[in-house]
Amino acid sequence: MDSILNGFTQAFSLILHLNPELFGIILLSLKVSGLALVIATLLGLPLGALLGLKRFPGRDLAISAMNTLMGLPPVVVGLFVYLLLSRKGPLGFLGLLYSPSAMIIAQTILAIPIVTALCHSAIVNVDPLIRQAARTLGATSRQETLAVIHEARYGILSAIIAGFGRVMAEVGSILIVGGNIAGYTRVMTTTIALETDKGNFELALALGIILLTLSFLVNAVLHAVQRKGSVSSV
Amino acid sequence: MKLSVSHIAKAYGGRTILADCSAVFEETGTYVLMGPNGSGKSTFLRICALLEQQDSGEIAYLDNDTSLARDISLKRRMTLVLPRTGVFNTTVYKNIAYGLKIRGLSHAAIEHRVMGALATAGLEHKRDQHARTLSSGETQRLGIARALVLEPEVLFLDEPTASIDQENTEIIESIIQKMKKESRSMVVMATHDRDQAERLADRLLVFREGILVDALNP
Repeated sequence: MDSILNGFTQAFSLILHLNPELFGIILLSLKVSGLALVIATLLGLPLGALLGLKRFPGRDLAISAMNTLMGLPPVVVGLFVYLLLSRKGPLGFLGLLYSPSAMIIAQTILAIPIVTALCHSAIVNVDPLIRQAARTLGATSRQETLAVIHEARYGILSAIIAGFGRVMAEVGSILIVGGNIAGYTRVMTTTIALETDKGNFELALALGIILLTLSFLVNAVLHAVQRKGSVSSV
Repeated sequence: MKLSVSHIAKAYGGRTILADCSAVFEETGTYVLMGPNGSGKSTFLRICALLEQQDSGEIAYLDNDTSLARDISLKRRMTLVLPRTGVFNTTVYKNIAYGLKIRGLSHAAIEHRVMGALATAGLEHKRDQHARTLSSGETQRLGIARALVLEPEVLFLDEPTASIDQENTEIIESIIQKMKKESRSMVVMATHDRDQAERLADRLLVFREGILVDALNP
């Protein structure tokens, strides 16, 4: 019990004294997950819109695949990206293994199905009357699509926030492809895993507290967005 | 702009909705399509408003007897008000401004025209209210305002008063009467209310089971 209390005390001390190692890890985590989320949104939103608005052969299969991939095991993604980027892999010549770029690739793969499937769900739930209204008012098909996406904006924002929550808390894939190199690829989750193994609980606890706080903030924003969306759809 | 409809037919899943319908609609005037539910009025309106393709027959919009190309610029000269108005998840003002915004009008021009449409529909005091908090009658008036603000040459109205109360019905009818008096555009309206049809129509067209059976002057 004393060691836990002691761990917490030292963890708060690290946070309050703005420990450079701690903040370096937090910044790298935000950079990797943030970039992965931007790329996942740039790919997942148009894909979700395509699945929600267009009819084409194989659409149902693609929707089922996206829903299934939402539960992708991170270690499997890590293994897949590792094989792609390893020296003998098809993309080995890029020399990206054990770099932040490899971690961004792995987290992007994890986030795309979440962003796509939730964006699809938000778009498909827009009242068909909205599309009809835009069309009767003279919208081109592009403007019609934008009207529907605009209408689904709260759901889309929720999808992006959910994707962020997923990648921030993820450890399996980035540990495999990033290698947990101090000052280079060491992020919050991988540091917690490593420091716990070593029995250094202070840094692990400090990062755990920050990760929980971030997770709480993400969920608070998600809740606020969903509430605003539901108030607006009265 | 004049509308000529020749031998239009439409079927859904083998069920005939419209069969060999023909009519000519002059540049101005209020045309009322009468008939029971399911008689083909709505489909006819959607085809005339270029929102749906007929299976056979011809739709031609004519300017000085020249047939106009079926493109977005022609579509933007007309609009259709549906029986239930789908409102965008925003304010009344922004809902009415939508059609002008996508046409690329300036901020000032949009404001000027939206204020006019709000006044016509009696919704000035609801300008900044969220559109989804309006009553069903007010929502339908919003649908009319959203169409009027576009100053369409052809205004199609599909049962615009079918699901609203008497007070709102009267307001909408008075808007149509005003348009009729100003004779600035062609109004083609579907209704199953015979009294309303007689109050508003310059010319009545009667649908029965997908067939245009009668056209008469009330």
